[in-house]
Amino acid sequence: MIHFVLLISRQGKVRLTKWYSTYSKKERSKVLRELSGVILTRGPRLCNFVEWRGLKVVYKRYASLYFCMCIDPDGNELEILEIIHHYVEVLDRYFGSVCELDLIYNFHKAYYILDEILISGELQESSKRTVVRSVAAQDSLVEAAKEQTGSTISNIIAHAAK
Amino acid sequence: MGSQGGFYQSKEFLDLVKSIGEARSKAEEDRIVLNEIETLKRRISEPDIPKRKMKEYIIRLVYIEMLGHDASFGYIHAVKMTHDDSLLVKRTGYLAVTLFLNEDHDLIILIVNTIQKDLKSDNYLVVCAALNAVCKLINEETIPAVLPQVMELLAHPKEAVRKKAIMALHRFYQKSPSSVSHLVSNFRKRLCDNDPGVMGATLCPLFELIARDVNSYKDLVISFVSILKQVAERRLSKAYDCHQMPAPFIQIKLLKILALLGSGDKQASENMYTVVGDIFRKCDSSSNIGNAVLYECICCVSSIYPNPKLLESAADVISRFLKSDSHNLKYMGIDALGRLIKISPEIAEQHQLAVIDCLEDPDDTLKRKTFELLYKMTKSTNVEVIVDRMIDYMISISDNHYKTEIASRCVELAEQFAPSNQWFIQTMNRVFEHAGDLVNIKVAHSLMRLIAEGFGEDDDNADSKLRSSAVESYLRILGEPKLPSVFLQVICWVLGEYGTADGMFSASDITGKLCDVAEAYSNDETVKAYATTALIKIYAFKIAARRKVDMLPECQSLMEELLASHSTDLQQRAYELQAVIGLDAHAVECIMPSDASCEDIEVDRDLSFLNDYIQEAIEKGAQPYIPESERSGMLNISNFRNQDHHEASSHGLRFEAYELPKPAVQSRIPQALIASTEIVPVPEPMYPRESYQTTMPSIPSDAGSAELKLRLEGVQKKWGRPTYTPATSTSNSTSQKTVNGTSQGDGASTVSSMRETYDSRKPQVEVSHEKQKLAASLFGGSSKTEKRPATGHKAAKASSHMVEKSHVPKSSMEVASDKAASAQQPPDLLDLGEPTATSTALQLDPFKQLEGLLDTTEVASAVNGAPAASVSPDIMALYVDTAAGIHNKNDADLLSGLSNPSVTNMPGTTAMPQVTQSSSKRPNPKDSLEKDALVRQMGVNPSSQNPNLFKDLLG
Repeated sequence: MIHFVLLISRQGKVRLTKWYSTYSKKERSKVLRELSGVILTRGPRLCNFVEWRGLKVVYKRYASLYFCMCIDPDGNELEILEIIHHYVEVLDRYFGSVCELDLIYNFHKAYYILDEILISGELQESSKRTVVRSVAAQDSLVEAAKEQTGSTISNIIAHAAK
Repeated sequence: MGSQGGFYQSKEFLDLVKSIGEARSKAEEDRIVLNEIETLKRRISEPDIPKRKMKEYIIRLVYIEMLGHDASFGYIHAVKMTHDDSLLVKRTGYLAVTLFLNEDHDLIILIVNTIQKDLKSDNYLVVCAALNAVCKLINEETIPAVLPQVMELLAHPKEAVRKKAIMALHRFYQKSPSSVSHLVSNFRKRLCDNDPGVMGATLCPLFELIARDVNSYKDLVISFVSILKQVAERRLSKAYDCHQMPAPFIQIKLLKILALLGSGDKQASENMYTVVGDIFRKCDSSSNIGNAVLYECICCVSSIYPNPKLLESAADVISRFLKSDSHNLKYMGIDALGRLIKISPEIAEQHQLAVIDCLEDPDDTLKRKTFELLYKMTKSTNVEVIVDRMIDYMISISDNHYKTEIASRCVELAEQFAPSNQWFIQTMNRVFEHAGDLVNIKVAHSLMRLIAEGFGEDDDNADSKLRSSAVESYLRILGEPKLPSVFLQVICWVLGEYGTADGMFSASDITGKLCDVAEAYSNDETVKAYATTALIKIYAFKIAARRKVDMLPECQSLMEELLASHSTDLQQRAYELQAVIGLDAHAVECIMPSDASCEDIEVDRDLSFLNDYIQEAIEKGAQPYIPESERSGMLNISNFRNQDHHEASSHGLRFEAYELPKPAVQSRIPQALIASTEIVPVPEPMYPRESYQTTMPSIPSDAGSAELKLRLEGVQKKWGRPTYTPATSTSNSTSQKTVNGTSQGDGASTVSSMRETYDSRKPQVEVSHEKQKLAASLFGGSSKTEKRPATGHKAAKASSHMVEKSHVPKSSMEVASDKAASAQQPPDLLDLGEPTATSTALQLDPFKQLEGLLDTTEVASAVNGAPAASVSPDIMALYVDTAAGIHNKNDADLLSGLSNPSVTNMPGTTAMPQVTQSSSKRPNPKDSLEKDALVRQMGVNPSSQNPNLFKDLLG
């Protein structure tokens, strides 16, 4: 099982955190501090795995973002690497050549997508097409809802900004 | 689908993110966030906030919380949002509560009702949102509230809902197996779901169920095998393919399940051989996911009943992993090797050099994995080398968690395989000296017990020798500054017990040292207590030997100091010391017999020696004692309490309406009955597991970490001689040996012929002499039983069997050619870890590859007119490498890999990444330009320091 998912930028900024096991607030910030210390300082061409407090953290860097997942010691690391890649590919399809900025400003969407891929720490759907479709279904409903409620002020702003 | 990439948030939010992004220090960031918290606190409590605005506030709260700050003031608003009718708002509410709340949070009770309602909704998206929340928030108490609805959803027409319902049930099972134990048959049913996604999801709970109780699921072996076969034959929809592997995640899960079902079960395993063999053959070892499946195959093969052909395939894959340039694959290879040597120990030999390379690799992760492997293959021939290396490594690291683990492993290995008492004591000293405070106190206690009990031999002489060498080394070590407390406790205890036993040291020597310890570590009361008790013993032995006791002055002053100590424990010990010194020889012999730490002390539980005293008191008119259970009045009270307790624990929270009060008859039902019907209806699924563990050589890392104390029972009791050992991984490897029918002579000759070939090939292969020696001492004895120390058999095996030779040179040749190959090629091509993303993506589509190539050359020549075309394949590789964001320092500039240093030094303007983006795969430059323009329009200037923000993650 996956205990948590973290997205950390190269500068050590947190971009997304999702906890599937129970961690108190204090533990969470400790985990973040420790792991970003370990992972960001690792040299190139080393393993994408770190053993950490009896668990294993699998991380992979995409551009300037590190995607990290923490798993049990008997997990299959290569599989987790592929799950990370799976997530990134879905993000990429959704945002259309995703970049860090997309995730910063639309982190809640990154969460929605993650919720379609992982649930309670397990992979729930391994087909990219299905994931993208179900996220799109939610979005279309949201769009419909938006049109129904009419144009609120923020809606106008959003459109103006476009 | 690029439209989703827009930024719908308000300017305020964008500004917040931007200012945090530009914060130069943590303090500055904190200040900004605290400001934001103040603003939000004010705004969020205003009346009549439009929903849209509220939604944005909640998202801002999520952001703040993500940065590690406390947003708990807004939790209640997130909870309120889940009640909203509009899905748009509700969804945000659910997202926020799942991120904010842990399952034990008080607010959850306010959401349960909404969840109940939403699970019944006609809109499947609402149901999905609610199920997501169920998985995260529902706890043991609230399971009954939603269980009926979740059960209904298992038959929902939408597969997305069925899938989530399955996962929710799985979660319930994890939280409280008893709550859903009667429903597990539903998982079996869902296995036949016609949607592969639902079937795949069902494998998660089934895996867990099977792990807890293998025997109830043996009937499913055939089904799993046939599903796996169909998957491997590409019967599933293409949508589940991943890098041209058919549904690899489902394959992995199935292999995991088969590993459990086939473990120690010959009949079940035989059903699996064909399909696992097929997968071995079909797997594409050039992609990461292909290797993931291969690794899972190895795990499966090493767990099920052994099959020589599959073991061979597994060994092939392992050697491919180990020879790879990718650290990831090496790591997996070492791990897989550790699994396989349990079954066929001889395969370790062909990989000895690869293993040693990994041991000396700068990558810490790889190093640790290799230590784990060595730990599994330790025996008395190589224990000295391995434990020595482990301790060296232990000293060099600062990670306390791992230090603890490796220290306890050293202790365990030393205890099991130590070649001599001398070595054992020295090793323990080193471990305690460097990691004493991290080692479990039990280890120290076991060490004391070990020294006291000796090693189970009748030879008292050896025991006393061990003790004197311990005393001697401890007296020496006491000179070192700053010893760990645990170690000092051991030292004090041993000095007290055996310091003067062999007459080598006088009482005043020992007592002097003990007083020094008490003085030097005056803050540590435990050490002081140990030292004081040791003093008592030394003086007691001296008095018992009818010799004159004259207390050292420092000892006298220590005692006086402790007599007035704040610690009652120390004070008590000091008084005892004082009392013992005043006693005569006979009395001292009775209370403090020499070398009696192992004698059992009989405890008179009835306190019969007080009988006379009691009799006397009763005669004088005292009341006789009445046991608590017989006292009247007490009985009822405690009974009531019990009943209350039962009721509370059996019901917990109730979500259904309260039923009408029943006649009071029910309360007269005996408690035992209530308890048995309400609390224990679960057939405990844990018991069969024990038998399962004995059949399967348990996962060794577990055995290692669980082993905190020295194993004193059942372990071979004598150094160096093979006797009965428990079923640990290491002993297993030797006992399996005969099963596999490999004679010992073969192994010996392999080793010696190996050495010859290395010697003759030395100039080409350039394996350093030191490494060879290390290899010899680590692996040399691996196929021999532990009769001779490692150094002994170099000379012993001059004669070699030529047959064995043939494969050995081959492997070393391969090493050589591999090394040569890696020198020519850009190494990253082989490194699956990083660039797979792009390289495989490119492989999939030749047109895109072409595109990419053209673009690269264009860019390259546009920038500096380098002769790009001629070396394009290599450049491509480099390009891929950097684009994927390999950690070179200048990663801001994608072009750094492209050979022109002047380009690299250019400041990373925002324009830069865009140019390069245009050259990378499908993203059109327009997209990123638009994004950039949009952000600028909104008044947010992306900071120039971090142009990476615009870089495609998949670039």
